[in-house]
Amino acid sequence: MTAISERQQRAYIASQAADMRVNVELETEGMTLNIGPQHPATHGTLRIIVKLDGEQVVAADPVPGYMHRGYEKLTEVRTFPQVNSLINRIDWLGSFANEVPFILAAEQLMDVEAPPRAQWIRTLLFELSRIANVTLFLGDMAVQLGAVTPVFYAFRDREYVLNLIESATGGRFHPNFDRIGGLKDDLPKGWIAETKQVMVKVNAFCDELETLLVGNEIFNLRTRGIGVIPPEVALSYGLSGANLRSSGVDWDNRRDTPVGLVYDKLDWKVWTHPDGDSFARYWVRLQEVREAAKMVIQLCDGLPPGPIMAKVPRIIKVPAGEAWVATENPLGEMGYYVVSKGDLVPFRVKIRSASFNNISIVPWLLRGVYVPDVITILASLYFILGDIDR
Amino acid sequence: MSHLSSTDTDEAGDAAATDELRTGLVEGLVNELQDGVVASHLLPGRDLWVRVTAEAWDAAGRVGRDVLRCSYFCYLSVIDWLPSPFGRSMDSSVDNILEHVAAKDPEPMTHGVTGGETRFQLLARLYDVERHVGVNFKADVPDDTLTMATWTKHFGGANWHEREAFEMFGITFAGHPSLRKLYLPGDFEGYPLRKDFPLLSRMVRPWPGIVDVEGMPGVADDDGGE
Repeated sequence: MTAISERQQRAYIASQAADMRVNVELETEGMTLNIGPQHPATHGTLRIIVKLDGEQVVAADPVPGYMHRGYEKLTEVRTFPQVNSLINRIDWLGSFANEVPFILAAEQLMDVEAPPRAQWIRTLLFELSRIANVTLFLGDMAVQLGAVTPVFYAFRDREYVLNLIESATGGRFHPNFDRIGGLKDDLPKGWIAETKQVMVKVNAFCDELETLLVGNEIFNLRTRGIGVIPPEVALSYGLSGANLRSSGVDWDNRRDTPVGLVYDKLDWKVWTHPDGDSFARYWVRLQEVREAAKMVIQLCDGLPPGPIMAKVPRIIKVPAGEAWVATENPLGEMGYYVVSKGDLVPFRVKIRSASFNNISIVPWLLRGVYVPDVITILASLYFILGDIDR
Repeated sequence: MSHLSSTDTDEAGDAAATDELRTGLVEGLVNELQDGVVASHLLPGRDLWVRVTAEAWDAAGRVGRDVLRCSYFCYLSVIDWLPSPFGRSMDSSVDNILEHVAAKDPEPMTHGVTGGETRFQLLARLYDVERHVGVNFKADVPDDTLTMATWTKHFGGANWHEREAFEMFGITFAGHPSLRKLYLPGDFEGYPLRKDFPLLSRMVRPWPGIVDVEGMPGVADDDGGE
């Protein structure tokens, strides 16, 4: 053993003290982390400024607006039928579902009702958009947690559904198919049989993901108990759709206020989950895709014959009035408050999109979580940038 | 955990019951706010509108949440009732702006359901997820101050909606924790959703709207449409 001189001992103690000072300084000094505007977890351009203390989030401030397109202003210089092609681009993964509430609001003001066949096809396409939209989430959430495989299955199976939407409407992403008083066209020949086959594939995809992810230990560790939203907080922030139902609130516009769509004629379930965590949000959406596939098959079987367009004037003037119509879109409650003054153009359209409210909870929800869980929580809330920014 | 959708309910009966609920909501509001409720409008089987005074706006949020049990905050926004000073957007064949024709006399300002006196009106919707009934709240924003009480203390979700109303319409919300711009860059001037804020792309280009309603070739030109 070598003896340490007194001088060496003193130097050692001094350096230890210096290290401790540095540690103390590091502890009190926070760090600001910019997530986005370009980040895979934001599916677009959402910037989140996160203040960190070590690995823990102290405050989070989302900065939306990088994709704001001013649709509320633009609707004031478009005729009612023209608005349809704008609002297609709000939630671009489930475009057809965006059109329906606006068209229904205009129909309500005009006192027009679409014929039964049009209502059934609307519901059918609505549920197909839900499958196309949520399927991608089911794969994408896994990617953000580090499991790359499921997203390939998701893209593969979404393509079958997009092919169906394309062959019926002509547009893969932006159908622009809904019309005031009905639909643009009837379904093509052989479409019903093809749709039923695809639904078998969708169900198989759900089973596949259930075995791949829901029972997976790592997936459970990363999502259980992460980002818990109590129901009263969810309601106060206006969360809707699967985000609300996974906090145990049993409310679904499709079942409870089925305006203009035929959900009350189908046999299906509304799934809820009591936990309110990221896992619950994933699980509820997985069940919803299954229910949607079930509904699509029933809709194919029960499709009534008849016209697809009610009698409406060629030049559409919507009588003066105000109407609010909301539907249960893939991302949550989407509604339009339409004010008309009897002109060709709406006077004011308030677009209530689901993701705007769903993301406004982020500052509350991210407080105190660890950095890797930020990504889990953002992925599980599931937002589309166009749906926040409008 | 879940239950089957109601497939065999009596629709007409449902609608009547919901209308009764709506009447009850109005009574509840009048009880709590007294003179704060200016007008209400019930469209049978559809929806309910209630207009409150600017002073009662704060209380309306609290009563809506606690007394009416409408705890789901749907949205909050503003309507600018001023007729557009650039003329009606549909008069595209004689586009006043392009031709530099003096603007026509502006139409008188009219308000929608439940009426109104001021240019700006707040519009918010609360919903009860258990009884499936909602209320559209309206309130006149005083023209001189353009300031209203904030709802952020009742609903967390009001934070972003009020920030959007602030940057788009210039309405100030007293008591809001951080009233700053949401979408727009910090140095942006003007309030884009106001009716007197010009839409630039509309000013430099004639409006194509009227062209779209020409008859399609080969289709009989009646007003019936298919």
